[in-house]
Amino acid sequence: MNSKLSRRDFIKISGTATVGLAMTPPLTSMMGAIFGEEKTPHLLENEAIKTPTVCEVCFWNCAGWTYTDKEGKIHKVIGNDIDPHSNGRLCPRGTGGLGMYYDEDRLKKPLIRVQGKDGKQEFKEATWEEAFDVIVKGMKDIEKKYGKESMALLFHGKTGPHFEHLFKAWGSQTMGEPAGAQCLITREAGFIATYGAGLASPEPTDVRNTDCLVLIGNHIGENMHNGHVQEVSQLIDKGGTIITVDPRFSTMAAHSTKWLPIKPSTDLALLLAWMNVIINEGLYDKDYVAQYTYGFDLLRDHVQKYTPEWAESVTTIPAGDIYETARMMGGASPRVIIHPGRHTAWYGDDTQRTRAIAILNAILGSWGREGGFYFPEKVKLPKEAHPPFPKPKWSWKTISRDKHKLAIMGITNEIIDHALPEYKGPYKVKGMFITATNPIQSIPPEDKVKRALQNQDFIVVVDTMPSEITGYADVVLPEATYLERLDHLRTAHHRQPNIALRYPAVKPRWESKPGWWIAREIGIRLGLKDFYEWEDFEEVLDWQLKQVGSSMEEMKRVGVKLFPRKTPMYLKDGEEYWFNTNTGKIELFSTDFAEWGYDPMPVYKDHGDAPAGFLRLIYGRLPMHTFGRTLNNPYLWELKNEPALWVNPKVAKLYGIENGQEVWLKNVKGKVSSFGIKVRVTERIRHDSVFLPHGFGNKGRIFVNGKVEEMSRTYGRGISDSEMVYKIEKDPVTGGTGMRNNFVTILTENPHKKEELS
Amino acid sequence: MEERLFQTARDIHGLYPHVHIWGFPIATYLFLGGLAAGILLFATLYYLKGKEDNMPFTVKIAPIFTFWFVIIGLMLLVYDLHHPKYVLELFTTFRIESPMSWGAWTLAAVSVLSLLWPLSYIDDIEAYLHERGWYKLDAITKFLRDLEHKWLIPHFIIMMFRKYRRFFAWILLFLSIILGIYTGILLSAFNAHPLWNNSILGPLFLTSGVSTGSAFVMWLSNNKKERKLMSTIDMALIATELFFIIHMIMGMQAGPEAYKQAAHLFLGGEFTVIFWVIFVGFGLVLPFILEALELKGKHIPPALPAILVLVGGFLFRIIMVAAGQMSEYPF
Amino acid sequence: MAIEVNKCVGCGDCVVACQTENNVPMGYSRDWIVEIARGEYPNLFMHFESQRCNHCEDTPCVRTCPTGASHVIEGGIVKVTHDECIGCGACIEACPYDARYFHPEGYVDKCTFCDHRVADGLDPACVSVCPTTCMHFGDLDDPDSDISKLIKTREHYTLLPEAGTAPQIYYLK
Repeated sequence: MNSKLSRRDFIKISGTATVGLAMTPPLTSMMGAIFGEEKTPHLLENEAIKTPTVCEVCFWNCAGWTYTDKEGKIHKVIGNDIDPHSNGRLCPRGTGGLGMYYDEDRLKKPLIRVQGKDGKQEFKEATWEEAFDVIVKGMKDIEKKYGKESMALLFHGKTGPHFEHLFKAWGSQTMGEPAGAQCLITREAGFIATYGAGLASPEPTDVRNTDCLVLIGNHIGENMHNGHVQEVSQLIDKGGTIITVDPRFSTMAAHSTKWLPIKPSTDLALLLAWMNVIINEGLYDKDYVAQYTYGFDLLRDHVQKYTPEWAESVTTIPAGDIYETARMMGGASPRVIIHPGRHTAWYGDDTQRTRAIAILNAILGSWGREGGFYFPEKVKLPKEAHPPFPKPKWSWKTISRDKHKLAIMGITNEIIDHALPEYKGPYKVKGMFITATNPIQSIPPEDKVKRALQNQDFIVVVDTMPSEITGYADVVLPEATYLERLDHLRTAHHRQPNIALRYPAVKPRWESKPGWWIAREIGIRLGLKDFYEWEDFEEVLDWQLKQVGSSMEEMKRVGVKLFPRKTPMYLKDGEEYWFNTNTGKIELFSTDFAEWGYDPMPVYKDHGDAPAGFLRLIYGRLPMHTFGRTLNNPYLWELKNEPALWVNPKVAKLYGIENGQEVWLKNVKGKVSSFGIKVRVTERIRHDSVFLPHGFGNKGRIFVNGKVEEMSRTYGRGISDSEMVYKIEKDPVTGGTGMRNNFVTILTENPHKKEELS
Repeated sequence: MEERLFQTARDIHGLYPHVHIWGFPIATYLFLGGLAAGILLFATLYYLKGKEDNMPFTVKIAPIFTFWFVIIGLMLLVYDLHHPKYVLELFTTFRIESPMSWGAWTLAAVSVLSLLWPLSYIDDIEAYLHERGWYKLDAITKFLRDLEHKWLIPHFIIMMFRKYRRFFAWILLFLSIILGIYTGILLSAFNAHPLWNNSILGPLFLTSGVSTGSAFVMWLSNNKKERKLMSTIDMALIATELFFIIHMIMGMQAGPEAYKQAAHLFLGGEFTVIFWVIFVGFGLVLPFILEALELKGKHIPPALPAILVLVGGFLFRIIMVAAGQMSEYPF
Repeated sequence: MAIEVNKCVGCGDCVVACQTENNVPMGYSRDWIVEIARGEYPNLFMHFESQRCNHCEDTPCVRTCPTGASHVIEGGIVKVTHDECIGCGACIEACPYDARYFHPEGYVDKCTFCDHRVADGLDPACVSVCPTTCMHFGDLDDPDSDISKLIKTREHYTLLPEAGTAPQIYYLK
């Protein structure tokens, strides 16, 4: 390493550790602080100024209305009634979204890393001009030394496209988002290999019309996929069947017709056994299979050995239950959905598992059928004209496609691998631009990410909050929250094509700026004026809207605009249909996989058990949080601020732990968690696993002009499962990172008592 | 196994993990109220029995303290309020179903009357003080007598009071019983707390209050016969208290689960030792024994059982206020 | 109010919506969610209950209020007049559901069924926002109202019936 400043992270805490002390906000109303003692605190409907917005607290991106008063203070955010994502009702995170705007811990000014007089590194506040100068210099230095391609972009959310455009215009396509390899890429690959089409978001599952919903790896209700939760509720009203497969007694398991408590990592065995029963008992949709699928006979032969009796020995689910649930699904065919889930990167064979789900749906005839999967349609918005993007010498495709044939988007962990000091090949990554993601928690293992970051010449972080990643940046840029900015129109697919507008309800606080402005300013300074022929992003949106028969003026009034469908939503009986696969049919036997050397039909692989004395670490979601994005949000922090480690009573007895006791975790490699977590002794978790919600255990803290800036509420609270992950099981088809094969043991004594956290 | 937990955080100050909004101020106020009630009860009772000259301390002197106890109690009450600037709202209405309202008005009435009672005896009080050799308070007694003689309205009020003393004694007797019993009824009206929700609490608090009153008189009186009388009465009251307590706890044990859990606070729970050893042991049984010994002829300084009873009574209310808030229905 | 316990996923939307609608101070909540789980793995049951003031028919809180600040308005909603409340806490002790709390400004506060919204013909904020639409609000005295029909046709329970408060929130199984 020969950079002038040797990179150090800012986790060093001076003096005694203030671990676990949440600084609660003052006990006065947010509104009260602004208005003083008012007599009528309610904002009357006819006095409110309503601005359309698209929520950014999670990726469901519901459309809603921001209510502000005449003084310009936000009172609440509610759903847009005609929005098919939310149907007028936002989830708790959307309702609490205004906390993102009010959070006093937000990044306020551009920051530049400097070396202090005492040799300690810290940030100093700077102007946008100064920050841009450093960024442009940094990017040009990377270009000179290694080439533009060595500057990588890690992004997430609706801010991403602004910087994707910048990078592509400049000449680097080394980019990726954790939503790919860490989350849904394995599912997309599984469905693309089968149907020739992915699912994207929101998944086109026709839940409100189905008779039988099978959830295997989707804890809906704990994940607040708004539209789907609403439709599951309608399904419960109808008295539909819900089958939940989960090692944990999840919320949906409690509302299900049948819960199958599966042994973790054995899901594929169950899916194959279901195929076995459904095929052998003739419960499949014979006409559909005959007309639309390829490889049925091969599949039939393939699943004969995967009997329910065999599956029982592997999954610990009684064979009788497997038969019963298979018959329930068969009986409901074609109005049955085996839900694909979203975060599917689990054990390394995930594309095969999601393919099994796709195959199961296919033989039950649910793809393209009512009550199964509908054909979604989206509004095609033309992109504003710009010169052709320069072709980089190498890109994300170069470093992933050869190894992983269905890597349909940038694989973030490949980028990390190419950023490590030990990588000696030609595709080095030496600079990073990170926006709206915290790789410390989102791309485990943590140690590898940290080494990669240390090896960079230049890092820029664009974010709203001082999360852990900001401590590694050379330049930190404060982004405005979604309530304060414009972004691209939402054109997600759905039953009915629609567009939704996000319009700023209030001016950005402090010096924060919208992503489009930041990208444009950098672009212009890099000489890319041709790619930014507009001054204000509103011009772009207005032009786009006019191309589809609308306008900014209309969208500001309605927020969401629905368009008529141009293609049918479902297959008509016996209709000819060409699927985008090699054979033109739904491939139960994947010809591509056979060609590329992957199993053409899913084969069950055992993933091993916990070593003696260890428990499997299962992580999941809370319905009122979106991991690190919301934990510091004052409203949502108020709602839920104490994560719990679910421990089975038998295990608790063995370890001698009681309900509410604070414990620490240690993984197989001996790494100990930075902070502790409270135990919940519950029967809702198996004896071989522990469960905790992802996103806690935040240890990001930066020093700005000698003062500490951090996410003060969430700092030090709970354990980060990413910290405990040491083993990544890579999916060969996509490069997706399976993270659920990690094992931990419980420590009842504070391992950090004698030493300061370093 | 059954789990009941909060899915959303509920660390509300004063409500979590269980209601704990009332503490020392309220418990002290309850104690002072009971003590005042006890003193006034004896004062008016023995006046109506014609013993005002036989038992001058009881009838004429002790009520002086009552006024101050009630005033301190009222001050504690106002101190404990969270919205004190609206305290006069209490006196804009009388809500017959609210023991709190009863208490507010009764206290107001008692404070006025218990000021007038000794004022109307100011000459006797001065004579009593001189009898005991205390001349230092003469300035005050002179001032108060002048107040009566020199100002028309006080003169008129005190004169009326003296003239209709019997009538006011009945009223004050009545009010003192209400004062003593209302502190118990106040708590027992909260059927949200199983520990409080029984009909014995009212009589129990009244008995305890009167017992503290008799202990007080027994302690400070210089009349041997008065002390002996109060001692005997106190013994009877303590026995009654013990009977009520046992009855209350047995009743809770025989009730539904929530009541059993409430009783458990005293039968193995965190209040077991302090209740049985400290309060019942040192605050009830020991003074009873001491008073019995005194009656048998052994010389016991009256301060000892008196202070035990008084401290015991105070402790009893602290325990009941704290334990009561801990007993809740699970929901 | 009626809440369908077989649909509630315990997301907390009702709690946040109430906070933003009624400017509930940080650190306080007018409604909250309780999780109740029973059984032994794998024979388990679990459900959530969104709880708040039950606006009881036989209110222990209104009965015990010494100033009349706690009162019942037409329609059965229990409210507190801030300027008449002295902050004595009797109503908080009286409530078996722990629904009331001391507002930092001194008076006692609690769920008001968003009477300012009800007056305009809207549902309370919690009911309007619930993504599973498991919450219902209406006139219990009208046998033809949706909520009355719902309660008649579904198995239901109330909280702490043994406290004798006749709560007006029905949990539908």
